[in-house]
Amino acid sequence: MNFSFSKPTTFTFFGRTRALEAQIDEFLDKVSEAGLVFSRAMKVYLEQGKGKDYEAFLEHGTTVEHRGDDLRRGIETELYAQTLIPDFRGDVLSLLEDMDNLVNIYEANLYRFSIEGPEIPAEFRRDFWDLTETVVTCVESVVLAARAFFRDIEAVRDHNSKVMFYESQADKISTKLKRAVFASDLDLAHKTQLRYFVERIDELANEAEDIADYLAIYTIKRKI
Amino acid sequence: MDLTVLFFLTSGLFLGWSLGANDAANVFGTAVGTRMVRFTTAALICSVFVILGAVISGAGASHTLGKLGSINTLAGAFMVALSSAVTVYIMTKWRLPVSTSQAIVGGIIGWNLFSDSVTDTSTMIKIFATWVACPLLAGAIAVSIFKVTQQFQKRVKLHLLRLDAYSRLALIFAGAFGAYSLGANNIANVMGVFVPVSPFTDFEVANLFTLSSVQQLFLFGAIAIAVGVFTYSKRVMLTVGQELLPLTPIAAWVVVVAHSIVLFLFASQGLEHLLASAGLPTIPLVPVSSSQAVIGAVVGIGLLRGGREIRWRVLGIIGVGWITTPVISAVMCFVALFFLQNVFNQQVYRAVHYELSSPVLEKLAQLDIATERLDDLQGKEFDSSVKFLEALEQKASLTAVQEQRALYYAEVEDFVIEPEKIDTLDADWLTPLQITALRELSGRTFRYKWRLAGALARRSDEWELKPDSKLNKLYNSEIEKKLDYIYRTFASNG
Repeated sequence: MNFSFSKPTTFTFFGRTRALEAQIDEFLDKVSEAGLVFSRAMKVYLEQGKGKDYEAFLEHGTTVEHRGDDLRRGIETELYAQTLIPDFRGDVLSLLEDMDNLVNIYEANLYRFSIEGPEIPAEFRRDFWDLTETVVTCVESVVLAARAFFRDIEAVRDHNSKVMFYESQADKISTKLKRAVFASDLDLAHKTQLRYFVERIDELANEAEDIADYLAIYTIKRKI
Repeated sequence: MDLTVLFFLTSGLFLGWSLGANDAANVFGTAVGTRMVRFTTAALICSVFVILGAVISGAGASHTLGKLGSINTLAGAFMVALSSAVTVYIMTKWRLPVSTSQAIVGGIIGWNLFSDSVTDTSTMIKIFATWVACPLLAGAIAVSIFKVTQQFQKRVKLHLLRLDAYSRLALIFAGAFGAYSLGANNIANVMGVFVPVSPFTDFEVANLFTLSSVQQLFLFGAIAIAVGVFTYSKRVMLTVGQELLPLTPIAAWVVVVAHSIVLFLFASQGLEHLLASAGLPTIPLVPVSSSQAVIGAVVGIGLLRGGREIRWRVLGIIGVGWITTPVISAVMCFVALFFLQNVFNQQVYRAVHYELSSPVLEKLAQLDIATERLDDLQGKEFDSSVKFLEALEQKASLTAVQEQRALYYAEVEDFVIEPEKIDTLDADWLTPLQITALRELSGRTFRYKWRLAGALARRSDEWELKPDSKLNKLYNSEIEKKLDYIYRTFASNG
C-alpha cells in the first residue's frame, strides 16, 4: 500500500530553497567541468591533432553546455516564480548568464578547432598549452568567486584578485604568442588563422575578468 | 436596538479602518517595501493576527475603556473617534506613518478644551517625548542589532538563498507577532468606549465556545482594522519600507525587531515589575509609539550606512505629519463638537462638578496645600475642572501633582451601591474578597470617588493600594482599573 504525506509548509519552503542551492552549485560545477573538458581536449589536439579522442571531448563539452543551459533556465524560472532574493535577483541572473557564456565560449572553441583544424606548428604548441592552462585557471578562479558570492561574501575579493592575475598572464602569453606567429615564416593566411585562435582562447580570460568586475560591484551591494 | 448606538459605533469602525490602513505599515511596511513578502500575503497574515489579538488578548482590556474612556458621553466619544479617524485617514492619504494613539489624544484634548476640562500636562510631555526619545532609542537599538547581525552573517556564512528564506520567514513571524500585539493593544482604543452600550448578546458557536458580546464587538472592530489593512495600507507600507530609505531584507527585519524591542523594553510595566521583583535595576519607562519607533529604526540604519541614502525630505514630511496629527485632530474635534452640540442637539459632555467641602479640605491639607487660604472657597461648587483649578490657583500655588490630586479629591459624583448591580459585576475579574467588600457596602451612598475607594480599602486588603514603588506599580494600576470599573458601574447617573 502506498501512503503519501504532504510535507509541512516550512519544510517544503526550505526544501525548495535547498534544491535551488543545489541547482546553482551544479550549474557552477558545469562551468568548471567545461574548463576541464576544454583543457583535456586541447592537450589531445596539441599532441595528436583532430581525431576520435578529440571528438569525444567535443561531444562531452556539448553535453555539459546543454546541461548548463537547462540548469540556468530552471534556476532563473524558479527565482522569478518564487520571487526570491528580490534585491539581488537581477545581479544573480546576470551572473548566471555571464557564467553560462563562458561555457558557450568553451564549446564554441572546441567546435572551431574541430571545424577548421588549424595546424599548430611544434614551436608554438608549448605557448598554446600555457595559454589554455592559464585561461582555464582564470575561469576556475571566477567560478570560485561566484560560489563565494553565494556563500562567503568576504572571500570574493581573494578569488577576484586571482582572476585579475591570470587574466594579465593570459594577455602576456597571447601577445608573446602572436608576436612569435607573425615573426615566423608561415604564410599570412596561416598566421591570421593562428592569431584568431589565440584571441578566441584568450577571450575566456577577458570574459572572466569582466565577470569578476561585476562580482565586485554585486558584493559591495550585498555588504550594505 | 438603539439606532443611535449603532450610528455612534460607525465612528469606532472608521477609526479601526484608519488604524489598519496606517499602523499595519509598522509591522509589515519593511517586508513589503523590500518585496520580501507580497502585499496580499502580508495583508492576509496581518488581518488574521490583528483579529486574533483583538478577540483573544484584547478582551482582557475590555474593562478599561481605552483612551476614549475619559470622554463622559457617547456623542463626545463618537466625535473624538471620528476626528481621530479622519486625521489618520488624511495622513494615510499623504502616505505618512503617524500614531493613531496621538490622533486620539489630540481629539481628547479638543474635547477637553470644548468641555472646559483640564488636560493633564504629562499627556503633552508624553507626546513630545514620543517624537524625540522613541526614534532615538529605536535608532540606537536598530544599529546595535544590525551590527550583531552583520557579524553573525560573516561567521555563519549562509547561502544567499538560505539567508533569503530565513529572512522571509523571520519577517513573517515578526510581522504576525506585531499584528497580534497591534490588535490586542489597540482594540480598546477603537471599541472600548462602546463596550457598555454593546448592541450584541452572547452566543455559542457550534457548542464549541461562546463569543461574548464584548468579543463580538471587538471582532467587528478587528474586522474593520483588517479591511483597513487590505484596502489602504500599501501606500504607507511603501513609505516606510522603500521611500524613506532603500532597505535590504536583513535591514527590514532589523527594523521590525528593533521596533518590537523598544515597545517591549521601554513600555512594558510587566517587565519593570519582573526586574523589580528580582531585585534588578529597572529600565526607565518611556512613552513609545510604533510609528515613531519604526521610523527611528530605519533612520538609524540609514545613518549607519553613512546617511547619504536617507531621503531627508521624506523624513521631514513624516516629522511634520507627527506634529500636525494631534493638532489637526484636536482642532477638528473642537469644531465638530460645537456643531454636534448646537446643530444636532447632542450632549457631547457631561459637566463634572467640583467642590471644596471640609472633608476635601482635610485631604488637601494632607498634600501640604495651604488650605487656610482656601476657606473662602469652602462649600462653593464649580462646574468644570478648569474653573476649579483657576479658583484654587488664585489662592495657592500648586504643583502639577497637587493639581491632579486636588481634582481627584474635589470631584463630586454620587455613587449608590445597589445590590442588584453587584450581581452583574465580572466575578472572574474581581476577587471574591473584593466582591464581599462591595456587598458590605450595599445600599450605601458616596459623594466622592476617594470615599468609596477608602470604604472598600477598609473592608478588604485587596482593595488597598500599596505604597508607590516600581514593585507595586503594576499591582496598583490593576486596582485602579478595577476601581474605575466600580465607579462606572455604581455612578448614580451612569
